[in-house]
Amino acid sequence: MKVHVTTTINGDEIEFLCPPEQTLLDTLRDDLELTGTKEGCGTGDCGACSVLLNGRLVCACLMLGVEAEGQDIETIEGMSEAGELHVLQRKFLEHAALQCGICTPGFLIAAKALLEQEPDPDETTVRYWLAGNLCRCTGYDKIIRAVQDAAAELRG
Amino acid sequence: MQAFSYTAPDTVQGVLDELSAHAKSGERAQVLAGGTDMLVQLRGADRAPRAIVDIKKLAETNAVEIGADNVFVGACVPGALLSSNDQLKALFPGLVESVDLIGSAQIQGRASIGGNLCNASPAGDTIPALIANQGRCRIASPSGTRELAVEDFVVDVQKNVLAADEFLLGIDFPRPTTNTADAYLRFIPRTEMDIAVAGAGVSITVENGRCSAARVAIGAVARTVMLVPAAAAALVGTSLTETDLVAAQNAASDAAQPISDKRGTAEYRKKVVGVLLRRAIERAIQRLQESNS
Amino acid sequence: MSDKQAFKIVGTRPVRPDGVDKVTGRANFGADYRLPGMLRGRILRSPHAHARIKRIDTSQAEKMPGVHAVVTGADFPEVAHGAIVGGEGAGDYSDLACNVMARDKVFYQGHAVAAVAASSNAAAEAALAAIEVDYEQLPPVMDLDAAMAEDAVLLHDDLFTDGLDEKPDKASNVAQVMSHKRGDIDAGFAEADVIVEREYSTATVHQGYIEPHACTATINEGGQATVWCCTQGQFDVRKLTARVLGRDVGDIRVIPSEIGGGFGGKTTIYLEPVAILLSEKARRPVRIVMSRDEVFCASGPASATKSRIKVGAKRDGTITAMYAWLAYEAGAFKGSPMMPGTFCVFAPYDVENFFVEGFDVVVNKPKVAAYRAPGAPQAAYAMESALDELARELKIDPVELRLKNAVAEGSKAAYGPEFKAIGLKECLQAALKHPNYKKSLGENQGRGVAVGFWFNAGMQSSVEVHVNEDGTVAVVEGNPDIGGSRASIAMMAAETLGIPYEKVRVVVGDTESCGYSDVTGGSRVTFATGMAVVQAAEDIIEQLKQRAAATWEIDPQDVDWTDGQAVSKTKKDVEPLSLSAIAATAARTGGPILGRASLNASGAGPGFSVNMTDVEVDAETGRVEVLSFTAIQDVGRAIHPSYVEGQMQGGAAQGIGWALNEEYVYDDDGILQNAGFLDYRVPVASDLPMIDTQIIEVPNPSHPFGVRGCGETPIVAPLAAVANAVDDATGVRITDLPLSPPRVLAALDNA
Repeated sequence: MKVHVTTTINGDEIEFLCPPEQTLLDTLRDDLELTGTKEGCGTGDCGACSVLLNGRLVCACLMLGVEAEGQDIETIEGMSEAGELHVLQRKFLEHAALQCGICTPGFLIAAKALLEQEPDPDETTVRYWLAGNLCRCTGYDKIIRAVQDAAAELRG
Repeated sequence: MQAFSYTAPDTVQGVLDELSAHAKSGERAQVLAGGTDMLVQLRGADRAPRAIVDIKKLAETNAVEIGADNVFVGACVPGALLSSNDQLKALFPGLVESVDLIGSAQIQGRASIGGNLCNASPAGDTIPALIANQGRCRIASPSGTRELAVEDFVVDVQKNVLAADEFLLGIDFPRPTTNTADAYLRFIPRTEMDIAVAGAGVSITVENGRCSAARVAIGAVARTVMLVPAAAAALVGTSLTETDLVAAQNAASDAAQPISDKRGTAEYRKKVVGVLLRRAIERAIQRLQESNS
Repeated sequence: MSDKQAFKIVGTRPVRPDGVDKVTGRANFGADYRLPGMLRGRILRSPHAHARIKRIDTSQAEKMPGVHAVVTGADFPEVAHGAIVGGEGAGDYSDLACNVMARDKVFYQGHAVAAVAASSNAAAEAALAAIEVDYEQLPPVMDLDAAMAEDAVLLHDDLFTDGLDEKPDKASNVAQVMSHKRGDIDAGFAEADVIVEREYSTATVHQGYIEPHACTATINEGGQATVWCCTQGQFDVRKLTARVLGRDVGDIRVIPSEIGGGFGGKTTIYLEPVAILLSEKARRPVRIVMSRDEVFCASGPASATKSRIKVGAKRDGTITAMYAWLAYEAGAFKGSPMMPGTFCVFAPYDVENFFVEGFDVVVNKPKVAAYRAPGAPQAAYAMESALDELARELKIDPVELRLKNAVAEGSKAAYGPEFKAIGLKECLQAALKHPNYKKSLGENQGRGVAVGFWFNAGMQSSVEVHVNEDGTVAVVEGNPDIGGSRASIAMMAAETLGIPYEKVRVVVGDTESCGYSDVTGGSRVTFATGMAVVQAAEDIIEQLKQRAAATWEIDPQDVDWTDGQAVSKTKKDVEPLSLSAIAATAARTGGPILGRASLNASGAGPGFSVNMTDVEVDAETGRVEVLSFTAIQDVGRAIHPSYVEGQMQGGAAQGIGWALNEEYVYDDDGILQNAGFLDYRVPVASDLPMIDTQIIEVPNPSHPFGVRGCGETPIVAPLAAVANAVDDATGVRITDLPLSPPRVLAALDNA
């Protein structure tokens, strides 16, 4: 039987019905048409479905839709504000930190979570924090640089 | 994923009632904490019906209590919160490290000690550290709360002692003295994201330059995580010289009963678990030296 | 370089045109399409590695609620044998059809045997579980030794070895043998002072693109199908799908989505014909998305190989003879990249005597697909490892040894043609001078170097350039943008037209909205499609000159196109006419301005690289840490250097993964044990250092800007570079990849 869920996504109050066995990822992508959150594995190994749950980084594939009840969720669609790209988004573009782009939403969300708790991460910290986000195109080099450059700009 | 029913009671009694009802009806009920293992398992081939009982809404399972003699960590507290708890980190750096080693930052956002323990994997990263720190399971059951040493909780691969109408509230630890330190190390082929090929947790107490107490547990080298008294015995009463550490290393390797699988050979695991233990002891010693200086 | 300074846009690093959509989640990838009434398709896959299908009963599944269509091999037409021409990788149409949906036999775990379309994923999965398949299990053939054995179990009764002098009378798992030679190797080895002879092996690996295969198909009542899918080549999907379904190419329209990585693995088809048939039966659109384990089990990985190398040299380092025996697993059906492997193995070296023989061998694993420089990394791993040992024995610096034997302009390539301008020596010299080559090493640390080579491809491309009425420009091309090619295409258009980069928009067309273009593969897009865009822009310039001439009432020959404007060579009293000025009056001067080019590009410049890496080996656990990695590569001309560096860095990362931890692990029954990113261990961010790049530019004389392909060469050298560094660190040569910790520790303990 479907369950009624009320939640906040990217600042909007959202209600949806979902069967208990549906992941938050499928809810986002299939029911709410928020397809910016990607599925690369469905088992928490690639990070492409990274979202923020009450500000904490999680994989949407490892959460049930029903577990979103009463929570606050941020997806990639909520990252830029009023058409203004987040510094991380801008730095990813400037540093060419994406090639195919499928992992990019997950990296951006994960990097945002990092910079909110660690404004000046060294290279090793960035690398270990982002170890849950797989990128097969870039070799990570430009991603790490983009995150560190964004951190520097955010520190001012 | 297979269909299931879902409830999320907000009291311990509510969870017990759900579990009892299912136990009586014969329908399988599974307790959900962070879900990072369970949601993957639910994608598997097992299509028999089941009920999921979420215990994340309980105050008890979300509590972290640091008392004068006792420390309690609720079963559902996500790793991210444990890692950012400075008091806990100071008391049990090795345990917090073991939590931090489970999966990615994303996994840390959900995964809990309780879930890691109940999942009862031979390679569960927190289990050696829990055992080394004398963790005791606080179990809610219809007849009240019962306690059990962590080393007695897991009985076989993915099997724990919980009855169908019981669930884990959290883990109690004796608060370590200032001359006690722990450490946990595991081996994985990459630097992150893998399941332990072997793991070793240790807690040592050093008084007047002598090791007065030690506990050693090793993971991923038998059907369950093992407490290794022989390795601890190699340390107690010694001044923790290189020779003593190697004796503990050898005791751990001797105790290991690993298998060969996609993650490593038996021979490899047997050797490396000893190496990890020696390095973990060195790390614990270093921690004691740092905290005393 | 003076010619480089003449460029205004080429060589700069602008933001890619599709960038904002990709950082905001708006870009639509394969699984993001959704149509009204769309059903979910799922595929039933074989649990066995090798079995005969005795019976399939779908009757229960068909009756289940929410199920709208079920198909099996019986719903597909018979497809005649015939070589697939073009594209990447080798294959046969009949095999392709059987790979898409098994007929009477399954050849690997994960082989598709049936498919359903249902109203939800859950309903589709339930229906799959209700399909009954009776299998007669057959012994699986899981490696080259088993497959090539005298009394081997045969996968295909009708497969006879091709390439033998005499036509064989017995079927075999060896689909093809081939060899080429130069000179006399016996004489060459007799001249040698030192000979190194070794056997090597590499494991089955996967491209590991993060986006699983996905497609959505719908077919209208007139029988015309439209397919949205993530592919490296929409025209190849159309051609292959038409053939598998026995339909006209014109009855299938393929619209490429954004693509989440491919590396060669998305140059063939798996889901598309199935989705079309399901859609036809259900009379509704159908979307099929692979799960990650399906990607590992049932899409095309790269060949496991075995190779034997023998190299002889004189004391001074002159190589006198080279011999290679290279066997490639093709997976379930013939068509491994054995041939390019045999062509690549000796390509970097100018040696008088060589002999190479190759074997294409079927085994009960998924049919291999192209993976970045298909066939080359495995061959180079063996050859470059042997050269490293040779350098040690000769006590010659490994870079110097290669420099002494390196090919240069005018050398006859081992695979036939004479090289035009190439940059191998330049790369080697850069390596010798590189600060990373001189850094001191600590305990348990070692340094390895290796050379990489890839031909690079030309092939067919079409481009249209439209001048909009305000002077902005639209480029319509047919190559899915897998790593920033919209940027390089726009840059070449803007550079040629003399207008700002921001004025150019690039659209990747579908099969009905742009001219035929071969796959995004073979490192060909910036080269061949780039050549087409330059020609199409030149076509525009000719027209712009004519329009200006008409306006000025002079001869078009008296008009120059300079800095984005028409300038009269004869009339000094007229103001130059900008592109936007001409565009604004186009209606009066002859109508819309449309330029186009279609070509079959030749002259793709071969790409060479030198990689060097420092590693540290934990002697107690066998774990290899990559401390630094330096990729040096001749790319001809870097149009957008950031994306060129990105290719070099990404290829290095994949090569490091191939060297250290990536491998398919099968059990004795041929069941894949690690069909997920948990245990198929691609490098994570914390596994790697920054990857230093040095771009070498020896312009390709065949391309207007000097471009040679750069996407594939980067993965060729890292395998051997890492292996050579591990040898340097430990003094132990391990000849099997991956260099996983248990293997390294066992080798150290046995040494």
